[in-house]
Amino acid sequence: MDLRNVFTRRLHLPIMTDTKRIIPCLDVKVVDGQPSVVKGVKFVDLKRQGDPVELAIRYDRDGADELVFLDITASSEGRKTMVDVARRTAREVSIPFAVGGGIGTVEGIVEILDAGADKVGINTAAVKDPDLVKEAAKAVGSDRITVAIDARRNTDLKEGVSAFNIEDGTRAWFEVVIYGGRTAVELDAVGWARRVEELGAGEILLTSMDRDGTNEGYDIPLTRAVAEAVDIPVIASGGAANPDHMLEAFRDAGADAALAAGIFHRREFTVRDVKEHLRSHGVRVDLG
Amino acid sequence: MTIAVVDYGVGNLFSIYNALDRIGAGPTLAREPEEIESFDGIVVPGVGSFGRCMRRLSRFEPALQRAMQEGTPILGICVGMQVLFEGSEESPEEGLGWIDGRVVRLPDSVLVPQMGWNTLSIRREVEILEGISDDDFFYFVHSYHCVPVDPSVIAATTEYGQEVAAAVSRENLFAVQFHPEKSGEKGLSILENFVRLSRC
Repeated sequence: MDLRNVFTRRLHLPIMTDTKRIIPCLDVKVVDGQPSVVKGVKFVDLKRQGDPVELAIRYDRDGADELVFLDITASSEGRKTMVDVARRTAREVSIPFAVGGGIGTVEGIVEILDAGADKVGINTAAVKDPDLVKEAAKAVGSDRITVAIDARRNTDLKEGVSAFNIEDGTRAWFEVVIYGGRTAVELDAVGWARRVEELGAGEILLTSMDRDGTNEGYDIPLTRAVAEAVDIPVIASGGAANPDHMLEAFRDAGADAALAAGIFHRREFTVRDVKEHLRSHGVRVDLG
Repeated sequence: MTIAVVDYGVGNLFSIYNALDRIGAGPTLAREPEEIESFDGIVVPGVGSFGRCMRRLSRFEPALQRAMQEGTPILGICVGMQVLFEGSEESPEEGLGWIDGRVVRLPDSVLVPQMGWNTLSIRREVEILEGISDDDFFYFVHSYHCVPVDPSVIAATTEYGQEVAAAVSRENLFAVQFHPEKSGEKGLSILENFVRLSRC
């Protein structure tokens, strides 16, 4: 028996050999015709925080592994703005970055990639038309397609969903929400993650709507459920307030990368702070 | 010294173009085979599937072959490395076959694609890896990896479920599985090394 196939990272060995990624996320909104980074608290009450490309340069220098830009307006004006943001970012930073939000066609995906983005995130459009994931992966390669899944806990169990234990010992399933968290679609996030993997997604960006903006840490049961269900990288997102939360996402949930916005934008921690903390706990990170 | 980036229609050459521009290499996107022959160094990027890359690259094959035989330094990146081999499990199309061996899928024991940063184990001192040490991280995005028949072409490996060829070199032919244009300062050093070789 090949022990390598048995002792995969999914068994949460204390020593993790894969290099974990720290990804600052920039939620971008067009304000007075200018792209501006905002950070939502449960996707409302947005507060302006600065120029996306300037922040991107700061995070590149600070040791970020990748960046994610999300157009939270998901409008046609927003898409044009994001093409410009991608072009400017590609000129200024030397780490990979993804762009998502409101992109719903293969042409739209190609436009963002041609502007210099490395990956494109699709979310609502994939739920509405799963074949988009397949067509996009065929056109530009799985490596470039990140499917973003926003999910929330639902304790109202029903047939056909995968239920998991949550912190208080009760059981819940994880329901996909779309349109920036406004609409629940009665879709099981774990099953949906498996489906997008089959359709050719290269990576899953998994955001907990319950945790986003709360500073309570990532939704570990959600992240673990999805990370164990698929064999593509899973980025944990939503709720990170400190380096310990990121450690939990890697150690307890088996995430491949951890994404955070507010803690970096507000300069509460630098990417380097986070990585030093992770390294001191045996997580392999690139500290440059 | 002039560097061409072969623009064979697979998109997203912005990153490599920018990286070369930032280190002062003054790159040119070469869209026609006849253009590439006048350059001192040629970069072959690669995005998407092996088959798609080969279908679009095939019209450049004679010009690239001539450049290689004339001793022009050539650098393949990612799928641009894979196409130098004879073929791939990913697609039925034949590769350029300049290096004996095939491209196979990463093992099932790890997440595929490998998408992230990894270190190298340097196997052989080569000019292209000058200034690079085993502790430096590089950005990888790939689902398949190259398995050369002759392991001596391997300049560096990386560990991902198994030992994976990360860099190969033979005379004026160089190729890397990772993305030097996306790997921060150390990645730019590799491009600088390539540009310096192109000057000689």
